[in-house]
Amino acid sequence: MPREGILIANPYERISDEQLQQIHRASLEILVDPGLLCFSQKAAEIFNDNGAGVNAIAGADHPCWQLKIPEKLVTEALDNAPKTVRLGARNPDNTLIMKGDEPRVFFISGSETNIWLDVGFPSYVRKSDSSVEIKVPEFYPRRGTVADLCQSAHVCEHLETLDGYIRTVNIQDADITEDNKDVNKFFASLNNTTKHFMSGLTKLEQLDNVVRMAELIAGGKEALEENPIISFITCLVKSPLQFVGDTTDTFIEVCRRGLPIVVSSSPQAGTTAPIKEAGIMAQINAEVLAGITLGQLVNKGTPLLYGSVPVRARMDTLGDSYGSVETSQYNIDCVQMARFYRIPNYSTSGVCDAKIPGQQSSIERLFSNIVVTLSGPQFLHCAYGLLDGNAIFCLLQAVLDDAHFQMLKFFLKPARVDAQELEETMKQIREVVSTPQKLYIRYIRPVLRRGEISAPYPFEGDGGGDSVFALAHQRMNELLARPVEHIDPETTARIFQEIPGLLPRLNVYRERN
Amino acid sequence: MTEKDIIEQLKENVIQGRKTQQDEGIDDDLSGTPGVVELTRLVLEENISAEEIISALTDGMRVVGEKYSSKEYFIPDMLASAEAVGEAMDILKPVLEAANIETRGKFAIATVKGDIHDIGKNIVAILLKGAGYEVHDLGIDVPAEKIVDFVKKENPDYLGLSALLTTTMTEMGVVIEALEDSGVRDEVSVLIGGAAVSDDYAREIGADAYCLDGFHAIKVLEGLKGPKLAKRN
Repeated sequence: MPREGILIANPYERISDEQLQQIHRASLEILVDPGLLCFSQKAAEIFNDNGAGVNAIAGADHPCWQLKIPEKLVTEALDNAPKTVRLGARNPDNTLIMKGDEPRVFFISGSETNIWLDVGFPSYVRKSDSSVEIKVPEFYPRRGTVADLCQSAHVCEHLETLDGYIRTVNIQDADITEDNKDVNKFFASLNNTTKHFMSGLTKLEQLDNVVRMAELIAGGKEALEENPIISFITCLVKSPLQFVGDTTDTFIEVCRRGLPIVVSSSPQAGTTAPIKEAGIMAQINAEVLAGITLGQLVNKGTPLLYGSVPVRARMDTLGDSYGSVETSQYNIDCVQMARFYRIPNYSTSGVCDAKIPGQQSSIERLFSNIVVTLSGPQFLHCAYGLLDGNAIFCLLQAVLDDAHFQMLKFFLKPARVDAQELEETMKQIREVVSTPQKLYIRYIRPVLRRGEISAPYPFEGDGGGDSVFALAHQRMNELLARPVEHIDPETTARIFQEIPGLLPRLNVYRERN
Repeated sequence: MTEKDIIEQLKENVIQGRKTQQDEGIDDDLSGTPGVVELTRLVLEENISAEEIISALTDGMRVVGEKYSSKEYFIPDMLASAEAVGEAMDILKPVLEAANIETRGKFAIATVKGDIHDIGKNIVAILLKGAGYEVHDLGIDVPAEKIVDFVKKENPDYLGLSALLTTTMTEMGVVIEALEDSGVRDEVSVLIGGAAVSDDYAREIGADAYCLDGFHAIKVLEGLKGPKLAKRN
């Protein structure tokens, strides 16, 4: 049985059907005027071969083409794009089936950060009274390593609410190069989680090695097609309206292989997109439609996700403000646009501007997690452990986030009000009112035992002090101590034999061999 | 079923918090099998000694307390068990009196005048009854004179006063003054509880103890050597 996620009974919608149509029409206009700049020769040729307007721009620093994508190509692509996308997993019970017209949500980790944040609890003694000693959480940033990636995949495997794993941290060990980064990040992740794994690709040349690795794990080429345990993210369009050379080429090659891929665009309202909601929506939608059109021209019927990572600019630095309220508004608009096209959405929430776990982080992430979830975004990424936009990953924060999502999952259970429930409770009311104490407490127990009462916040301490971080840290270590199901020894041996560049220390069976 | 089996079942049903055969219990759906009420009646028919019955009930409550401390059980579980034991004590009352077995003490409890909030008071009453105290619930909005009359007439060991509001908690001091004026203050230990009151307030008005909740009240009573109890002992 695949993972169920949560079906949102009455999804929150910001924009009307008429507004969706208006954005759609505006996007189609944008694709013709001004059109897109294309820095990928392959993409320019594909569009040219299929009747788009393609004109080379003379005198540019890099080879560049002006694209005008006619409505007909976009409409055909939208018709051809699968309306249901299946993301497989090493454990088939972790499969995600996403239907574009369904307001369902799956909670996913990600995205890739450069910095890993450790936590420690040093002791401090009060100056005025040395008998008073307290432990205070402190955070220590450092560059991420492949061991960190293994740890995060391990913990994410055990986070109950987490439905799929996007690699969380950029591996920057001394022995990691541009050439071996992809195979190592895919192996480190796949070996530590049985959930679906999604990642970007650093180097196109490594695509076949990564796909071969997935085939070995899934049980062959056909088995991988049936159960695509990996998928890819590409930001092929740089805002505003530019097909990037290398990423677009990667996108084309993944589409040729028929593996699921996210067509992602991340405009920043105020700098690389208009600050007004209508403007950023018309532009991001045009950018994603351009990607979807290219993908379907490359391989009709290849599975794609409508990827949206819109964000508003900070007014003080013009950096990304993921914690801004508008960012959630744009994301919900994109959820609606994707559903309008019946293509599964890849959405964003839970990213914050705070740089360490704490009150700001909790408020920002919980706000966006709640509101975006309520729109039924399908594949909701960036949800666990991210801080400072997508610059920092903190495993402790991911564990804290799991508690938030437990609450959300519980909240979204369908209401149980029916004739049977009412009859049963009416009986209770009559019974209790006739007793001297007039308390319903004895009726709590069966409901409690059936798990129908929400759990208390798991990191609440016993005393008056705040021990949230200490308890979450304890939980994190418990999860790390719990074993994960690694890839079996025989497959691991074949992977290490066939795939070049893998770090021997990632082979968990090495010592036994 | 042997005598030992019945006693063991009684204890187990206290742990399961099953007052009657209609209750589900915790581990499995036990509804339909005898609960504490039915088993207590059965043990009386079997002429099992009152001491043995009390011992089974107490042992059961001890296990429940341990499970609550280890966070396996929640307050509704404790209350269910306490309520079941309380019912058993009511059934056993004539037998206990005939055998000259005393309860752990007579406890009068009331929400003071002007205050109609009784959730906390009711929970405390259930827990104390389950812990083996003979509980007399005087109700809500009870004037000081009525409380004093009860103390003079029924001679309780303990008096529990409850108030939720800052506007009604002062009535607790009025009750204590009325007990003093009537010459019975030394005859009863006064415990206070409720959201508005505290340890400090208990000291301020001359109460013997402040209880945070029903569980705390049981602990306080175990350690309390009030004037009346000292006299009894």
